[in-house]
Amino acid sequence: MTPRVVFPNKFLPYLLLAPQLAITLVFFYWPASQALYQSVLKEDPFGLRSRFVGLDNFRRVLADPNYLNSVEVTAIFSTATAFFSMAIALLLAVMADKVIRGRGFYRTLMIWPYAVAPAIAGMLWIFLFNPSIGSLAYLLRWVGISWDPLLNGPQAMVMVVSAAAWKQISYNFLFFVAGLQAIPKSLIEAAAIDGARPTKRFWTIVFPLLAPTTFFLLVINTTYAFFDTFGIIHAVTGGGPGKATETLVFKVYSDGALNQLLGDSAAQSVILMIIVIALTAVQFRYVERKVHYG
Amino acid sequence: MATVDLKDVRKTYPGNVEAVKGVSIAIADGKLCVLVGPSGCGKSTLLRMIAGLETITSGTVSIDGKVVNAIGPTDRDIAMVFQNYALYPHMKVYDNMAYGLRNRGTPKDEIDRRVRATAKTLELEHLLERRPRELSGGQRQRVAMGRAIVRNPKVFLFDEPLSNLDAKLRGQMRVEIKNLQRSLGVTSVYVTHDQLEAMTLADLLVVMNAGTVEQAGNPLDIYEKPASTFVASFIGAPPMNLLPAGQGGAAPASGAREGAATIGFRPEDAEIANAGDAPADALALDAEVEAVEPVGAESFLYCAAAGSRIVVRVSGRAAAQPGDRLRVVARAEKLHWFDASGRRVD
Repeated sequence: MTPRVVFPNKFLPYLLLAPQLAITLVFFYWPASQALYQSVLKEDPFGLRSRFVGLDNFRRVLADPNYLNSVEVTAIFSTATAFFSMAIALLLAVMADKVIRGRGFYRTLMIWPYAVAPAIAGMLWIFLFNPSIGSLAYLLRWVGISWDPLLNGPQAMVMVVSAAAWKQISYNFLFFVAGLQAIPKSLIEAAAIDGARPTKRFWTIVFPLLAPTTFFLLVINTTYAFFDTFGIIHAVTGGGPGKATETLVFKVYSDGALNQLLGDSAAQSVILMIIVIALTAVQFRYVERKVHYG
Repeated sequence: MATVDLKDVRKTYPGNVEAVKGVSIAIADGKLCVLVGPSGCGKSTLLRMIAGLETITSGTVSIDGKVVNAIGPTDRDIAMVFQNYALYPHMKVYDNMAYGLRNRGTPKDEIDRRVRATAKTLELEHLLERRPRELSGGQRQRVAMGRAIVRNPKVFLFDEPLSNLDAKLRGQMRVEIKNLQRSLGVTSVYVTHDQLEAMTLADLLVVMNAGTVEQAGNPLDIYEKPASTFVASFIGAPPMNLLPAGQGGAAPASGAREGAATIGFRPEDAEIANAGDAPADALALDAEVEAVEPVGAESFLYCAAAGSRIVVRVSGRAAAQPGDRLRVVARAEKLHWFDASGRRVD
């Protein structure tokens, strides 16, 4: 047990906490409460008056087929993004763990994509996959795939998932590398002597011991896929074609900022908030049970 | 059951660092061989080469007459107890012990029978459902032993298995390892830097220094006839007293060996005599007591003599006090002679 720190002055602890609290209040609680407040109001077309409508906004949003489509898109998009960004990062980290020469150089290269802004990452992928000028699109057509993400919904989805996952790989890679390094080498050696071949060693020793890292990344990546991928979708597909890549967070933006449906948009952000809170709670409640910390 | 043969085994790390410089050892079936030496002498590297965890630069390692250089640790049918035990932290004790058997496709009921039998031998039965972090150091050590034993391998390898235990537990486990090894009759290689462990455990003691074998043989033979000043000062506690011999150094009145540069005698072989009361071929030194260390059954006198420090063991309580002057005598048959390169002269 670490001894409790006792401050001589009663107010000093609060003073020290104040900057953090202020930031949380201004940037989280205030906007969140605004969203809550807006979600029960209906505004007139000119934004002059608003009146209380109770849960009407929620009812309308949840009955809207476009909204339900967006839920489905988000579920597919988030699962795919989190899965691929973590799986690929883990694969790369395991490979990098075996590199002996130029280790630092290799890792540095792997981390760079994280420094790329979402919109720029999106642009990069647009250029690569643009049906008329993209070099990778050219390759795809060359192998016989009729590549047209501007018209084909599933292909557009593949593109935004690729871009979103690609950007997050570096971050996940970094954590996986650190996680792998924290596993004592003698455990791997003991498993080898115990007759486990590399693949078996990975699944029975390395992967379970990485569980704390994997769990942490699962939470982070889910949140990332839900919220932080707005920039990528905005730049790459703008939610289209049709509404094939319109995720919840993108719909909040397009309904609120473009269509000026403040009540609907606020109701959606409240629902989104509830979904993410619930998802994280589920992850902590059920997935974390299977995680052993050291 | 197997023999282990090392023939001119060498290990060179990148950058031309030679960790092991040509070691040949033959371990007979069922014997316990202890590799002892100071840190960095190559003993752990040698053990890891037998395990297959390090590649062998040149020479051969054979287990049961078969060269295993090209065979990985997975297929060598060996078991190893690591210094930090290397227990799988996410598995219960039971699964830790069963892991190796499962990997080799042993039937489930057979695994259960063997794990429980081994747990019984090691008194681990009540711990089978616990995880390693819920165990004490001594218990972890036993689990590591159990994990090695349960597989019934050809060879046991021990990499300083007792160095993380407290002194009392270390003594207990030492006896236990010896008994287990003898009753199971599995050929074993044991690495330690503790000369007491080495002396008490070994059937074959191999003293290593700077990547080479200084001396190999029966522990008591090595104690009685150390082949070099290195072995003389490494085996035995406190170590042998070594004094420069010859011109201006210490020497008996008669019977000095030709070409000897160093003369040595064990602390327990020194006697405290009255002035002038020594045979001509014995080494007699005038010593001044600098410190007295009573241990209970015996006491050690740290003295200055002939320009060096020597230790003298006397049984029971020592009558001497710091500052006393004594005459220390070592009889001719108790003297060890070494030449200028440190080799024994007989």
